[in-house]
Amino acid sequence: MSIPSKTISTANPKSSNAHHNPPTRLTGAEIIWATLVGEGVTEVFGYPGGAILPAYDALRKFPIHHVLVRHEQGAAHMADGYARASGKVGVAIATSGPGATNLVTGIATAMLDSIPMVCITGNVSSKILGTDAFQEVDITGITLPVTKHNFLINRAEDIAAAIRYAFQIATSGRPGPVLVDITKDAQQGSAIFDFAAAKPKAYRPHPMLRVEEPGLAEAAELIRNAKRPVILAGHGVIQSGAMEPLRSLAERAEIPVALTLLGLGCFPASHPLNLGMMGMHGEAWVNHAIQEADLLIACGMRFDDRVTGTTSTYATKAKKIHIEVDPAEINKNIKVDVALVGDLTEVLEQLLPRISSRGQGGREGSGWLKTIETSKGACAVRDIKNLPDSGHLYAAHVMHDLWRITGGNAIVVTDVGQHQMWEAQYFHHEQPRSLITSGGLGTMGFALPAAIGAKVACPEKEVWVIAGDGGFQMTSPELSTIAQENLKINIAIINNGYLGMVRQWQEFFYEKNYESTPLVSPDFVKLADAHGIAGRAVRTRAEVEGAVQEARSAPGAYLLNFMVAQEDSVYPMIPAGSALHEMIRRPGKNPLVESPDEV
Amino acid sequence: MLHTFVAYVEDKPGVLTRVASLFRRLNINIISLTVGRSERNGLSRLTLVCEASAEAGDRIRASLFKLENVLDVDDIAGAPAVTRELALIKVAATRHTRSAIFELVEVFRARIVDLTAESLMIEMTGVESKIEGLIQVLNESDSRILEICRSGKMTMRRGHHTSGVLRAMGAGENDDAVTDESRTVEEAAAIEPE
Repeated sequence: MSIPSKTISTANPKSSNAHHNPPTRLTGAEIIWATLVGEGVTEVFGYPGGAILPAYDALRKFPIHHVLVRHEQGAAHMADGYARASGKVGVAIATSGPGATNLVTGIATAMLDSIPMVCITGNVSSKILGTDAFQEVDITGITLPVTKHNFLINRAEDIAAAIRYAFQIATSGRPGPVLVDITKDAQQGSAIFDFAAAKPKAYRPHPMLRVEEPGLAEAAELIRNAKRPVILAGHGVIQSGAMEPLRSLAERAEIPVALTLLGLGCFPASHPLNLGMMGMHGEAWVNHAIQEADLLIACGMRFDDRVTGTTSTYATKAKKIHIEVDPAEINKNIKVDVALVGDLTEVLEQLLPRISSRGQGGREGSGWLKTIETSKGACAVRDIKNLPDSGHLYAAHVMHDLWRITGGNAIVVTDVGQHQMWEAQYFHHEQPRSLITSGGLGTMGFALPAAIGAKVACPEKEVWVIAGDGGFQMTSPELSTIAQENLKINIAIINNGYLGMVRQWQEFFYEKNYESTPLVSPDFVKLADAHGIAGRAVRTRAEVEGAVQEARSAPGAYLLNFMVAQEDSVYPMIPAGSALHEMIRRPGKNPLVESPDEV
Repeated sequence: MLHTFVAYVEDKPGVLTRVASLFRRLNINIISLTVGRSERNGLSRLTLVCEASAEAGDRIRASLFKLENVLDVDDIAGAPAVTRELALIKVAATRHTRSAIFELVEVFRARIVDLTAESLMIEMTGVESKIEGLIQVLNESDSRILEICRSGKMTMRRGHHTSGVLRAMGAGENDDAVTDESRTVEEAAAIEPE
């Protein structure tokens, strides 16, 4: 085996010195890993199989830690969670056929949320490609609509360039997942490996990016003249690292900031200008502020249907400025007046000098802020967290206490459903990348594997999984991965015995016909125990704090099974097809009373 | 409205699928698509015609640009441009019925490119309406059309136009602007036995 010793340098697993290696003949399998090392990859998530075996055979020679998953969907979600927590590219590996198709849900999840990810799959030998060979599937065809780009590689000499190009595509512009499918004979063949020579062509920005003087001037003018402006901040703020310029804009022009689900954390929850989450389960005052606004400044968000309600009635009084890196998003859902198409940080930095400070109360601005404050009214104090302990346990208690006890300093990884919305409402995020959740695709089963990825990326961080009893069971075998990797991950299952969000829709829109939503689950504490993971059930509010502390101080992973009110619903809610201001509000008689008089 | 996009794409396997898949996903029917080599090595040029709302043009163009294999996209929209289509039409014709067809071909400035005892083949280049016209007249005459093969539309902007994108790529030094005249002169050679 003619591997240069530098490539094998396991002494310092963090070193990525492949750039300095002289061109050397390596097998295709070795080239895969050497290229990943060169790209700075230190951890990958995967599952071996026939068509990717040559690559696995070569793995031990390289300073890369491989996390063995229990299902390839988990590998994709882990790579995704890794990327969301760290901002680096996540890498997932799978074999051909079912290994590759199992990745698809995870790839689509990353695509919808614009997550930089590289998936490497093995495929059958190029000689039998297209013959329906054992475990052969056209994965580049299957993933075409859910990847930013993909490659089918059947020669060892093409592997390095394809993987390097994949990294460039995954991270540039609007990020996204890229799949590299490599045939078995390409892995078994050999080629001269020259990392530097495999560098892709210089990144070519989208030709329709456009931030020009007239647009900037017009945007500044609109901001200057606005009486009731609202900033809509989304995932793009975090992706672009635009937290500081966003904050400067908000503070300088005294503009309140509403956040999308994926934007939570991009603007501190405790900031006086933070309105909170907008959209289907956003607080009433947030959505009212948007509907009443005369100017919306959309920053790195795409007017998803979950934040607009019906588009025809959306913010009709407002002029709209859209700052966005993807030209295909302009005027897609909502027609805008000014489009500044470019990297958010760069655009905001060009825009900021044109915005004069409003600090001296020049704007009626303060009047607008007061109006919003007034519209919060009773809602602001109505909260369940202010209620005396009735002994009953509600999900909101759990979220509030988790936030309180962790000081908001944890990375929280949520699944999809009611608990996801309660988390967004009651856990206040001060920092970007502190909430990891599947927003676009809404993938149940995301939380547990994504949390593994987040913990591998940020081992020093406190990581919490919050999942429902339904979604948790979709990927619960990954508990074994936690055990095998000996990861300190805390798991909170919000267990209401239903597929809760679907039940809620049945309650509101299908006359309480609870068809196929009641759910029998295993004893999750025993399930954890079977994996060597400690845990306990929590049934009353009084137990929450102790249980959370117990989980945090436990040396290893810990599972808390919160048995919460079964038929609780997420309020407020905009029914699908309704306008943003047509919310279903918390019913007065609900145990979660709304007005302070009822307290 | 009808949109006409002209794109330069990499000449590689699977590129057409990516382009076509974009329209499939948007549920837009491709009315016409022609692809062939371009003046640049390794790049194919395609002309794609589809029906979509007026506002959709920018978004389709932006989405096409997002495809890694697509290097340039031009939305011809209402700009001055030359559009042509090629048609091969095989007509049943004998010694006795040929001459009428020859006359038609002459009038339409088409040409005969194949001739047998029972049939002949007409090659015609022109705008869509002209080709439709010839087909209609053939149908209305006693001739029986055996086969029609149409290329779909090819479009090129008039004047000295080179895409800014391609210029920025360092390509595009083929600056001999092709004038309309040189494109539209159609010389109908009578018979071209092959």
